[in-house]
Amino acid sequence: MIDIDLSMVNWARAQFALTAMYHWIFVPLTLGLSFLCAFFESIYVRTGDKQWQSITKFWMTLFGINFAIGVATGIILEFEFGTNWSNYSWIVGDIFGAPLAIEGIFAFFLEATFFAVMFFGWNRVSKRFHLFSTWMVAIGSNLSAVWILVANGWMQNPVGMLFNPETARFEMNNFAEVVFNPVAVSKFVHTSSSGFLFASLFVLSISCWYLIKGRHLQMAKKSIIVASVFGLLSSSFVAFTGDESAYVVAQKQPMKLAAIEGLYKGQIKAPIVAAGILNPDKKPGDHQDPFLIKVEIPYLLSLLANRSLNSFVPGIDDLVYGNEEQKIESIASKIDKGKAAINDLTQFKQAKKENNSQKAEISLANFRKNQEYMGYGYLNKPEEAIPSVAIPYYAFHIMVALGTLFPVIFAAFLFYALKDSLTQKRWLLPVGLISGLLGLIAQQSGWVVAEVGRQPWAIYGLLPVKMATTNLTAANVQITFFMFLGLFTILLAAEITILLKQIAIGPDGGPLK
Amino acid sequence: MISNLDYATLQHLWWIICSIVGALFLFLTFVQGGQTLLWQVAKTDLEKSLVVTSLGRKWKMPFTTLVLFGGALFAAFPKFYATSFGGAYWVWMLILFSFIIQAVSYEYRKKPNNLLGSTVYELFLFINGSIGVLLIGAAVGTFYTGSNFTLDLYNRVTWDYTLMGINLRGLEAAFSLFNLSLGIFLVFNARVLGALYLLNSIDLSSTPDLESRLRKSPWNNFLIALPFLLYVLVCILFMKGFSVDNAGVVSLVSSKYLSNLLAMPFLLIMLLAGIILVLYGVLSTSFKKSNKGIWFSGLGTIFVGLVVLILPAFNNTAFYPSKLDLQSSLTIFNASSSMFTLTTMTYVALGIPVVLVYVIYVWRLMDSKKLTVAEVVDEESY
Repeated sequence: MIDIDLSMVNWARAQFALTAMYHWIFVPLTLGLSFLCAFFESIYVRTGDKQWQSITKFWMTLFGINFAIGVATGIILEFEFGTNWSNYSWIVGDIFGAPLAIEGIFAFFLEATFFAVMFFGWNRVSKRFHLFSTWMVAIGSNLSAVWILVANGWMQNPVGMLFNPETARFEMNNFAEVVFNPVAVSKFVHTSSSGFLFASLFVLSISCWYLIKGRHLQMAKKSIIVASVFGLLSSSFVAFTGDESAYVVAQKQPMKLAAIEGLYKGQIKAPIVAAGILNPDKKPGDHQDPFLIKVEIPYLLSLLANRSLNSFVPGIDDLVYGNEEQKIESIASKIDKGKAAINDLTQFKQAKKENNSQKAEISLANFRKNQEYMGYGYLNKPEEAIPSVAIPYYAFHIMVALGTLFPVIFAAFLFYALKDSLTQKRWLLPVGLISGLLGLIAQQSGWVVAEVGRQPWAIYGLLPVKMATTNLTAANVQITFFMFLGLFTILLAAEITILLKQIAIGPDGGPLK
Repeated sequence: MISNLDYATLQHLWWIICSIVGALFLFLTFVQGGQTLLWQVAKTDLEKSLVVTSLGRKWKMPFTTLVLFGGALFAAFPKFYATSFGGAYWVWMLILFSFIIQAVSYEYRKKPNNLLGSTVYELFLFINGSIGVLLIGAAVGTFYTGSNFTLDLYNRVTWDYTLMGINLRGLEAAFSLFNLSLGIFLVFNARVLGALYLLNSIDLSSTPDLESRLRKSPWNNFLIALPFLLYVLVCILFMKGFSVDNAGVVSLVSSKYLSNLLAMPFLLIMLLAGIILVLYGVLSTSFKKSNKGIWFSGLGTIFVGLVVLILPAFNNTAFYPSKLDLQSSLTIFNASSSMFTLTTMTYVALGIPVVLVYVIYVWRLMDSKKLTVAEVVDEESY
């Protein structure tokens, strides 16, 4: 068995979490703000009203500041798979590398090429070509999200591939299955629509600040109308796709669903926990109540997970220790089969090296019997298959609560904006002001649910994270971790101070002031 | 037609595609080269703004091309991606850091309340253009000189080069005069290209001092780059190379790269044409007042880049050799993705010409008018 430095694994995980979470501050804004800029500019081109050009340029300036740091924090993520997760890169590069390459070819060049026109082309190209370029940047940004989420979706639900024992890695055998993976599809629509929602909240926040300060009132009101409409549409889409995402998680990653619901004992007609506090002493397999307090909605989890009120939803204990009645195999059994598969694979590789074809054939036949459990063979005990429960549970409930609040905020702002009475609703403006921050919390929570809930797997059910790392000492990763922490924090601080100053300066259109 | 290509053809094709992307990146390092010229050629705020704004309109192109280079290698040659990035950890980390700090510098340099001050962002640009390009050159140099890794039965990489008890994880590439020379050549070649690009892109009629400094720059930097290029070329002609036989066994063979050049004369022609084009671009700009030198030297750089990347990989050569265990060396055959993935990606690559067409169209559209002082003063600038 390969000797693994566990502390390195944890530092590598921490570093990926750090860099991904920093990156995800800026990316959802890019996804949504690019479309909002396109909307603003479309109105300008259609009406010829210079006020809308001024509004477009103002939000474009903030978009540009955010875009730069989004790019800066993004480059490391692609290469981190190689530097910190080289075993993963080799084992699944055949499949995982393809969407990353396609992202580079089709999305990044679209963004990079038309970004220059968007910012510097106002007097160099026609009005319509400029608008076209702004739309291309929006489409390019979101196309990038398509491919990165195809890659991420594959990690959550590996499809379209076979394991090749000769090379001891996974190889693609169906590109369409990888691209149209249900997890990838639901992930993309949910993630991109939540990005639109966040960007709408960002516009709302800054516009509210102007209304509170009594500055740039016309620009603020117009921005709020567009952002509220976009935000409301996005919210309904987020809710719809969120439901679909939960259904797909229940079908493909039942352990993740059990963790985000704090469900230990599986149930027929399972209720959903609307709110509750987890019992910190609860251990898998014991008889303690998982919750100190909770509020439940009957039947809803069964409905969410299986589209059926009377269906069974497995809990953590069922998934770990097995449930004969529901025909759920225990992790211990899977571990045994997995260890046998690893042993047979090693025998096969050795026999191939020794040119012993008979032994190779027998080992391969034995390996085939258990190969689907191979990943479990790297786990030391059944409980290792359980992700953290508290982190995804609380993150999920925060995300859902905020996601429920946002459409109410958008509806209120749209209603009063259309009545032109926003400035009289002094109680509403602070709510709008902090809504951007709430949007950011919801964004981060969503990814915490997705990624912490995936643990301990790098590829769900096939490759645990501890087997995916580079053969590297923890010290190397610790140093780069703190280098990233320091650098990204400084750059974030710089971005915030620049943004605040630009907001204080406001739009350059005189008549709007 | 693509589905009829055999595995070896696909492996060669994908190395060519990766090499084209890599060579295009080397051309686009005119941005990095320009960054290192900033303090040297631009003495006033206005001159600096002209230089930074001109480069700033293109900075995403080399950045995006580098990301694509990484993505293409990941998809087509995952064992190389895993071995090199995971093994030569510190080289790649430092390269990436230099690109992270570049990405924010254009946008933030002149913005009020930018926390660090414009000089720090200019320093970031300098670091990216100098150390970043140098390390990329040193990393490419290891295609010829080899690296200190071994692969186990499951292709897990172990890197072993220690100095005073510290595993340098690839930084030792800088101890090789060959690698270092290739890196220094690329840095100064980027400076040549940077000056040529700026002369082509900026309307210098109202900044004669800037023009005069820029016009001297290509020749001066070429003279510095030349001995390093010559050293690299002479070494390539005479050094031992990592040959692989039909059974996949790797061995050291004298003058392997010379024999590769002779076996693939198109590379020899491309190399000579590349050097002549670079030289023509430099001479026509520095001595004939032409502003079109970037296109000649740029094309020349692409040719030279293609030769540097293809030469150590074709004609049965290990492109990522191991100095510790020859049989761990990577070839385009043992490092590539499966035939299915390469075929699929080849269909995808059919879209690349479309991308190239719109990139060139937009470039021409945006650069049909030179950048003027009025634009920098009155409109959007960096």
